[in-house]
Formats: sequence, C-alpha cells, structure tokens
Amino acid sequence: MEVIPFLICFPFVVALLMFCIRVNKVRNAVAYVSAAIIMAASVFLCVSWIAGGAKPVELYVNTEAADRIILIAEIVLMCVVTVLCVKNRRWYISLLSIVPTIGIAWLEIAGPEMDEYKRIYVDHLSILMCLIVGIIGSLIVIYAVGYMHGYQHYHTNIRDRRYYFFCILFLFLGAMFGFVLSSDLLWIDFFWETTSVCSFLLIGYTQLEEAVTNSFRALWMNLLGGCALAAGIIYYALDAGNTDLQELVVYGQMYKPAAMVAVTLIAFAALTKAAQLPFSKWLLGAMVAPTPSSALLHSATMVKAGIYVLFRLSPAMSGKLSGNMVAFIGGFTFLAASFMAIAQSDAKKVLAMSTISNLGLMVACAGVGRPETIWAGVFLMIFHAISKSLLFQDVGATENALHSRDLEEMQGLLYRLPKLAIIMFIGICGMYLAPFGMLISKWAALKASVDERNIILVFFIVFGSATTSFYWTKWLGKLIMRSSKPVVKDITRKNEMVSLTVHTVMMIAICALFPLLSGIYVDPLVSELFGRYEQVISNGVLYLLVLLILFFFAVPIFAYLRNKSMAMNIKLSYMNGINTGKNDGFVDSFGNEKKLVVSNLYFKSVFGQRRLMMPSEIISTAVIVVMIAMVLGGAV
Amino acid sequence: MTQVKRSPWILHYDGSSCNGCDIEVLASMTPVYDAERLGVENTGDPMQADILLITGGINAQNAPVVKQLYDQMPRPKVVVAVGICACTGGVFKDCYNIMGGADKVIPVDIYVPGCAARPQSIIDGIIKARDLFQKRSEEHDALMKKQKLERKGEKS
Amino acid sequence: MTTKSVILVILYVIAAPFLGALLVGFDRKISARMQRRVGPPVLQPLYDVAKLLKKQVIGVDRAQGFLITSYMVLTVITGCLFFAGVDMLMVFFILTTSSVFLYLAAVVTGSPMSSMGAQRELVQDMAVEPAMLLAAVGFYLATGTFNVETIISQPISAIVKLPGFFVAFVFILTVKMRKSPFDTAQSTHAHQELVKGITTEMGAKNLAYFEITEWYENILMLAVVATFILNSSPISILAAVIVILLVYFLEILIDNTCARLKWKDMLILSWAVTLICAGVNLIILMVV
Repeated sequence: MEVIPFLICFPFVVALLMFCIRVNKVRNAVAYVSAAIIMAASVFLCVSWIAGGAKPVELYVNTEAADRIILIAEIVLMCVVTVLCVKNRRWYISLLSIVPTIGIAWLEIAGPEMDEYKRIYVDHLSILMCLIVGIIGSLIVIYAVGYMHGYQHYHTNIRDRRYYFFCILFLFLGAMFGFVLSSDLLWIDFFWETTSVCSFLLIGYTQLEEAVTNSFRALWMNLLGGCALAAGIIYYALDAGNTDLQELVVYGQMYKPAAMVAVTLIAFAALTKAAQLPFSKWLLGAMVAPTPSSALLHSATMVKAGIYVLFRLSPAMSGKLSGNMVAFIGGFTFLAASFMAIAQSDAKKVLAMSTISNLGLMVACAGVGRPETIWAGVFLMIFHAISKSLLFQDVGATENALHSRDLEEMQGLLYRLPKLAIIMFIGICGMYLAPFGMLISKWAALKASVDERNIILVFFIVFGSATTSFYWTKWLGKLIMRSSKPVVKDITRKNEMVSLTVHTVMMIAICALFPLLSGIYVDPLVSELFGRYEQVISNGVLYLLVLLILFFFAVPIFAYLRNKSMAMNIKLSYMNGINTGKNDGFVDSFGNEKKLVVSNLYFKSVFGQRRLMMPSEIISTAVIVVMIAMVLGGAV
Repeated sequence: MTQVKRSPWILHYDGSSCNGCDIEVLASMTPVYDAERLGVENTGDPMQADILLITGGINAQNAPVVKQLYDQMPRPKVVVAVGICACTGGVFKDCYNIMGGADKVIPVDIYVPGCAARPQSIIDGIIKARDLFQKRSEEHDALMKKQKLERKGEKS
Repeated sequence: MTTKSVILVILYVIAAPFLGALLVGFDRKISARMQRRVGPPVLQPLYDVAKLLKKQVIGVDRAQGFLITSYMVLTVITGCLFFAGVDMLMVFFILTTSSVFLYLAAVVTGSPMSSMGAQRELVQDMAVEPAMLLAAVGFYLATGTFNVETIISQPISAIVKLPGFFVAFVFILTVKMRKSPFDTAQSTHAHQELVKGITTEMGAKNLAYFEITEWYENILMLAVVATFILNSSPISILAAVIVILLVYFLEILIDNTCARLKWKDMLILSWAVTLICAGVNLIILMVV
C-alpha cells in the first residue's frame, strides 16, 4: 500500500516539473513517462489490493505532519484564489474561498480535540475511481500532448503556455487521487478545493474574455459548494468529535441530527461539483477551454468527484429528505438537460449537455440510495467515463481536421474521416443504444425507482430516456448520411490515435465483459457500501443480454456481407425529377443549379437553452432551498 | 407464377397538362370509380411505382424530368400516356414550346386518348397496363434466371 | 424457456407476417367501406409485397439494403423475445434500437424527403417511448414482475389495475401504426406532403422488408395490448382477441376521421395523454 502516497504525491511533483521545463520536446517526453507511470501505479494499486484480499483497508491514523502540510497548502490555495480574484476585479468571489478556509483552519487549530481516526481508506469504490482517474486521465494527458501542439499551431492568438497547461493537468490528477483515497473530511476538503481551482485555471487557459468570464463562473459555483462542504464538516466535527467520512455515513444511517445536516450540506456541495441544475452553467462554459481539458473535466475528474461523494453518502441519504432532494435534482437535470441537448448543433455542446444529463441520472441513482441504483450508477459512471472521454477526444481531433465542430458539418464523416467517424460511432452507441452499457443501467435505475415508489423519478427517467435517444440518433444519422463534401485529410496525430484506440478497445471490452465485471467487481462494491446486496439483474436477463450483444454485432455484419454480393441497381435519389445527377443538388424554376442542404431538426424555439435554462434553474433552486431549509429545521 | 398484376402501383406525372386529365386521374381513384379495387395505389414515388401515368405534352422544361422519373423506376415498368396531349401533343402540338407526346422522350406502351380522358378509359388503360406489366415481369424473371445461371457458370 | 414459449416464438416468426398482412388487408377493406367503395381484396398487402420482392433490386445507396435488413431482423428478434416471455422493459428498450436502424437506412441516402421523414420518425419515437416504458412499469407494479410469461398467468387481468396505462398505450398505438392524425413520417394515404416520407428512397426489396417489419411490429404491439387482458383462465384469450380487434377497429376509425396534425401537436398530445392517463394511474398504484 506504499503506492498510495506515491500516487497522490507523484502527480504534484510532475506538475512542478512541467511548470519548470520550458523545452517542449523534453516536457512532452516527461509527460509521456509520467502518464505511463501514473497509469501503471494505479493498476498496480488495484492489483496489489485485490491480491491482498480485496478487503477495505484503513491507513495512516497518526499523520500530524501531513495534516499541517495540507492545512498550509489550503491556505496557500486561498491566497492564490484571492490574488487572482482581486487581479480580475472580482474580489467578492474570493470571500467564498476565504471564509471556509478560515473555518477549516480554526477547526484544525483551535477546534475541539479529535478522536483518532484514519486518513486513507481503500475499498472497491475508491479503487474504481483510482482506475478511472489513472487510466483515462493519463490517456487524456497523452492525447493532450499531440492535441496542444496542433492547437497552438492553429490558434496563434493564444499565448503558448503549454507548461502551465500540463502543470495543471497533473495537479488535477494528483488532487483527484487524493480526493478519492482520503477518508478524512479535512483532506477531502483540501483536495476538493484544489480540483475547483484547477478547473478554474484550465477553463481560463486561453485568457480570452469569454474564457475569463466562464472560468470565474466555474470558480464561484464550485467555491459555493466548497463553502457548503466546509460548513458541513465543521458542523459535524463539533458534534461528533471526528472528521471521518465513513463515520459520518454510519451516523447518518443512525439518524443523528448533526450527521444529517452535514450529509445534506456535503450532498449540496457534490451537486455543484457534478454540475447539476442550477449549477450546470459552469460545465457548459468550460467548453471554451482546449478539448483535453473538457475531456478531463467531463469524464475522468471533477464531475466524477461529485458523483463519488454522493455514492459514498448514499447509504446515509437513502429514504431521507436529503436523498429525495438529490434524487429530484438528479432526475430533473437528467430530463431538462436532455431536452436542451436536442436544440444544440455544436458537437461539444451536445456532449456537454449529455454529460450533465447523464450525471443527473447518476445523481438520481445515488439519491435513491438503494443497492440496485448504486449498482446502476456505478455502471453508468464507468461507461460514461470511457465513452465521454472517447467522444471528446474524437470531436477534438475531428475539429482539428474539419475546422468546425458543428454537427451539420459532420455530414458523411464516415466517408470523409473514416477512422474518427467509426470511433465516434462506437462511442455514441455505447452512450445510449441497447443492449450496451448505459441502457442496462437505465433499465436498473428505472426498476429501482419503481421499487422505491419514487413516482417523480420514474417520470424523469421515462421521458428523459425518450429525449436522449432523439439527439444521439440524430447525430448517428449525420455521420453516415451521404454527402458531397470533400474528403478531409486526417491530421490526427499518432499519440491522439493511441489514446483513442485504447479508449475504443476499453469501450468494446467493457460492453462485452459487462456481466463478468458486474459479478466480480461491482456487486462486491455495492455490498461493501450497504452491507447487504441483492442481485440486481437476474441471471436470465444477463444471459439474454450477452445473447443480444452477439446478435447486435452479428446481424448487421451478416446483412452487410449478404448485401455486398447482391446485385443492386443504384438510382438517383428522389427530388421530384429535378435532381442534377449527383444527389447533391437540383435545378430550380429558373433553370439554375441549387445545392442541396439537408439539416437535422433542432427545434431551437421549443427546446432551446435560452428558453428552458431559466425555468429549470428556478425550479431546481427552489427545490434545493426549500429542502435544505427543511433539513436545517430538523426534518428527516 | 406471382400475379404481379394484382398490385399495379401508379406514379402520376403532370407534364404541361391543363389539369383536366389530372383531375380525371384523381377522379378514377376516388370512391366513385375506385381504382383501388384493382390493387392500384397512387404512390408519389418512382422507386415504388410500376406504372407511370403521364398527362400533358412534353416541353423543353419537363423532358429531363420525365426521363429521370422513368429512370428511377425499377424494372419491370409500364408507361401510360393519358389524354391526347400526352399521346401526341394534342391541340398544343404546334406550339413553339411543345415537343410532342410523351413518346418523344420515353417509350410509351399504352395510349389513353380523350380531352380530357374519362376515368373509365383511364381505368381501362390501367388494366391494359397491368396485363403488360405481368407479361414484362415474367420476361424479367426469365432474364434474371438466365443471368443467374450464367453467373454460376462463370464461377464454376 | 418452456415448450409453450418455444411454440409461441415459432408461431410468431411464421404466422405474424401473414396475420399482420391480413390485418392491414382488413384495414384497407374496412376503410374503403367507410368511404362507400369496394376497396382492394383482403390479401392485397400480400400481393403488394410479393410484387415488390419480384422487382428489380434498386437503391440509392448500397448501405440501405443491409441497414433495412438489420432493422427487420432485429425487430423480429425483439418480437421473439417478447413471445418467449422475457423481460418486457428490455424488449421495449431493444425495440428502440431496431428503430435506429430504420432511421439510419433512411438518412444514409442523404436525400431530402427521406431524411425529413426520418427526422419525423424520430419525433414519433420520442412521442411513443414514454408510454411504452410506462406500460412496462405499470405491469411491474400490478404483477411484481417485468416477465411477460408471469404477467399473463395472473389470476386477474392486468387491465383491472391499469386502465390508464391501457388508454395511453392505445393512444400511442396510433402513432406507432402510422395512422392519421399522427402519420407524419410515412403514410399510405395520398395526403403525404413528403412523398413517401421515411420510405421515399426504398423501392422493391427494401420496401418489401419495410412492410414485412411493419407487420411484425404491429403484431408485437397488439400482443402488448393482449397482455393487458390475458390472465390464467383460457377464456381471457377470447377476450383478448376481441379487445385486439376492437382496438384495431378503433385505430381504423381514427385513421379515417382525422386530419393530420403537426409534429408538435403530436408530441404534446401523446405526452399529455401519457402523463394524465398513465401518470394518474401510476400515482394511484404507487401510493395505494
């Protein structure tokens, strides 16, 4: 288990190196090696832990020195935020950092004497998170090396600060490892604030006006969550005399009032981090940053931190007001974001909306807090992490080649950029199509929310499911639609391709090995969290799924082979007989040739963000405010 | 032998017609004349049609359209010229812009005269056309079979 | 898998297209009689498909053929799963997947009419899906299982507890069966402004496959209707058949008496009916 401190500290050291090395080639080489080491270390951690019996491990009971270091680092972080805020004439945002930091510092220095408790806790959930952060995060770093090269090449107006970019990427990874492995709430708070600040810095990378505005939006929203987190910690510590997350969950399950309030506040913090309504805008604004940072924010890190905390807290929230709040907000976000995704034509925006929407489903799963929903939620998290990372990287690479990320521009991508299009196809299929991953989770989530008699969540899932398939299918169709647009040169770099290919292979492997994964890993994970476990998916359905996946691959392949040898007379497409002969134009009534443009439906006036965002924010804010007020007032 | 004549689907194209014949073509589909009892379906789509009903004469503008629609129809197919204009150009025959009947651009099989052609005669034309359609379908089958055998022979 | 379910599956694969064709034939005949005309023979749909299979194989894009075949095969597999008596919710989810293939088959051509029809088809799917999923949820609440085989062997018919779900399902059946006023994506009637909508670029064999799949799908949908009625007593089979015929007649009646609505009206109407009928029923079931 010595690998744990290494895993947390190593990325920080690399971050420092990245900042110091100003020679691109050297820095790239160091980045590759470090990414590989991080990946190997996280796999090693997993393997050695499983070899040790796959039992929960508690470590580091006495760590005075580390506690002090973390406290100092937290104060430094606060100073950095304050300086940056003042520099950009937004001093009021720094208050959101100063207040909780002072509170935490007071608790640690002058607060009551704490009982002895562990700082690090390793179990199935944290190992899973480590794997996600370690593998996907490192792959994104590898991708970023190639991507940023091209990015700086094309965006000459943006100052080349790659040293800074990579520094923050690694900081982010380190903070995530610390976050998921810590059990001490004070440590968690520090790593939490670090991820908030890192995302703020990443979003503001380009230093354009829009980026700065968006980065500060992200900062205040996440710091607001940080405030709630700190308040929850202090409230709990004063009452219970420790700051251990596991203890908190146990107390929460025992209906202790202090723990209940703390759980609610921390859950609120997690909602901000997971970009749930009304805090979704920061994640949408994060699009201005270079693609690798979006991939990182959306898949492996940041938002998953919120989900992770909610999964941890879910036993304590189950069946209580806090759980209902989280389930409602999650379900509502799932539906509202999938509506808004329909109206988006910017590929990255669609991805962002679908991230928010899928996170909503995971949050709802955590809020319901039954073993089945956590099972579904964990699978959602795994599939989502891989396919989102894959899709973001793919869209980034496509954007480099097409110089546009508009969905309409992607018409016929299968014939113009075949490799990238096929990968995109696989990523999208994994996102929503039966019988692949996400859908099974949706199935389980629906079943569990019926069991839980959560009527409103049933509606959210049922309607959200319909809208989700709408926007993904639209996108799929665009990829294979014939187009007369010219073939584009694939300028995807080798390192980008490596990352993409590994992701694709992982995606397919996880789809295929899904029942196995469920049996040997996710089931124990759930029983560890809840102490009990019922089989979510019956064996019959499981076999059926395997069979279906087989069919799903076999049918189109057979049909394709059969079709290939069949004689087919190719006709012009029907345009009332005025087709110009190439299927891409027609003759108008003046005898002139007109270009044909086939566009998808977006229903901007009905489902547009402008129209739906405001009401959704108001509804969700109202629900959160009322629920938190009730919890603070002592309702269960 | 499949009775393909039981299902003659129609594509109706209005050339430079005065709309008289078009109204009559539509009339033959309405409850009074009910061409659907013969299995006729008025598809607007050449890919799905078996019989092309053309009304009105051919001019420079619609000649390529007629040709394209005809090309888009899968074999076997039959063309029916409805009304005197589609047969020969009719009273517009000598107009500067009229090239003549539909047979100027595509092979016409059945001519239904009249100005406007009456629904009864249109249905009669369709019945003649569907018999021809049946005959052509059989020829098409025989051809396909022959080609298949030839392909097999080539392979072995 | 019992012998009974094996027989049912085999029956479905073999008999469903003929049954579906007959239903469509009666549909056309009854529609004709409603308009005081003779109408085509009852077997007309079979003649049509037999002819389509005979014609020269055409297409706008080679990929169309394999996509439409996949659509057909996957739909049939979905139907088989249903008749094998497995998880109903899963069946509905997979049905969505097979309809994705239809969408792809239509848009792969890049042609304007069929792409627009396909987009409308997606809107239709979106209108239909909640009611279908909710129907499965309703069965689960009423009988404690998603398993079709168990659902139909309960002592009391599910419809007693699920009248609202039944209404919602019958309502979206109109959309699913492409009946007016909701036949925006594809229509057999002459009032189609998008030519043939989603099937515009499908001719000959492709269209035949499409028609056959429609029959399979219709039978599957009507089988779901039957699931509402069936219980452990054999008399319920008779009742189910009667209800199916009544529902089908109702669809024909609606088809012949309504003008088409816009997609937005369709979406709002079907979601509103779903929310009100199925929703109220759901709340009653869950709370009581």
